[in-house]
Amino acid sequence: MPETTFEVTAPKSENTELAVYEHPWPVRFCHWVNSIALLVLVGSGFQIFRAFPSFGAKIPQKDLLHWPKAFALGGWLGGGLQWHLTFMWIYIATGLFYFCYQLFSGNYRQVLFTAGDIRGVWPMVHYYFFFGPKPEPRHVYNPLQKLAYSSVLVLGVLSVLSGLAIWKPVQFSWLAWPMGGFHYARIWHFAVMWAILFFLLGHLIMVVLHGWNNFMSMLTGWKKNPEYVSR
Amino acid sequence: MTKAIDSRRFNSTTRRELLKLTPVLALGAFAIPKLQQPLLKAGLGFSDWASELLFRRNHLAPTFSDSEVAPFTTFPINDYDVDDPGVDLEAWTLTVSGAVQKPGEYTLAQIQALPKIRQNTRHVCVEGWDVIGRFGGTRLSDFLKSIDADLNSRFIYVECADDYYESIDMATALHPQTLLCYEMYDRPLTREHGAPLRLTIPTKIGYKQAKYLTDLKVTNVLPRVGYWEDQGYSSFYGL
Repeated sequence: MPETTFEVTAPKSENTELAVYEHPWPVRFCHWVNSIALLVLVGSGFQIFRAFPSFGAKIPQKDLLHWPKAFALGGWLGGGLQWHLTFMWIYIATGLFYFCYQLFSGNYRQVLFTAGDIRGVWPMVHYYFFFGPKPEPRHVYNPLQKLAYSSVLVLGVLSVLSGLAIWKPVQFSWLAWPMGGFHYARIWHFAVMWAILFFLLGHLIMVVLHGWNNFMSMLTGWKKNPEYVSR
Repeated sequence: MTKAIDSRRFNSTTRRELLKLTPVLALGAFAIPKLQQPLLKAGLGFSDWASELLFRRNHLAPTFSDSEVAPFTTFPINDYDVDDPGVDLEAWTLTVSGAVQKPGEYTLAQIQALPKIRQNTRHVCVEGWDVIGRFGGTRLSDFLKSIDADLNSRFIYVECADDYYESIDMATALHPQTLLCYEMYDRPLTREHGAPLRLTIPTKIGYKQAKYLTDLKVTNVLPRVGYWEDQGYSSFYGL
């Protein structure tokens, strides 16, 4: 999908900048709403976890880790549940809106990792982690980026499914079944959260490394002088 | 494809695009102390509303084989105050009131005269642990019919010997797995587990399954929802 490049010219200057509209507003809106929702869900999730920081039996109880209260939202179990059961709806609603928008607008092609991207993953990994040559950027997202974003979207879906499986183990008992049952669904929910946090760490490092124009593109939609466009 | 645009128009375009994100700021309402509690209460209320919609009257909670049942000694004893509120088991009766044709005092023998159900079901605690136990008792629906309760009432409200109190919706009360439980592991309830009578509701979270029952009321209005609910826990909390 060729992106339209805009040549931005200042009236009393010879300088021109190139700009590409990368992110339609529904994508940016969902990105920021779900960033906030995710932080609230993680914080309140830890509060809930603190009530029983284990994945074994209650008797005898073997705690997995003690999570400090300072990094938990809600003050107590009831408060944590209030935040969690409120923001899960925001998380689910924006998630559904995002997927519908991407599907019906066709914009999903920008982010969806497909078979054609497989070849391009290793050169990017080679470049980022093993000082390999920089592959020529050709699209808004490179193959490794597509893989990361597509994976985190799958993780987002899994976080909701595993969450519903432990919130409604009777009405949605079929949901817990492929996860190994109710007891394991809780472990899935916890593991998926860590996987998302791992993505978030990499994501934030990349945002810092790629600078202001890249960051602003998620606010205004427009990216100035993207490296995949040459004059 | 390349198009030309002058920088003033470009800047107003990006500004407009940025303004499209202002609805995100609405989430900031959760950071305002005065609004936070009402908003969270509304969110919890919405969750309860959705839970009630998701509840299916005849959908059974998973049941388990005898080999999957946790040993009795590992079935946790949970209460908000004391393990044993000192119920006089000999003199105990269940006081029934509210929208029923036959209010009054009911003995354990009268309750046990109704058909007995035995089921291996999962008990899920709000804290996050769960345990599969064996429960025996009479269907609450059978008892409600035997006392000619108005089944169109909205709630069953119960009070307990340890001053705990709870309520459940009528649909859950009539669910075939909702029991007035007097046996666990084929033996009379021990004092710590709520002797002589407790609620077992496999479609509800643990704190709704009150122990040491003393009073049962069929009603349309709840002056209080439940011990934990009145402190901010979910009112419906169906599983």
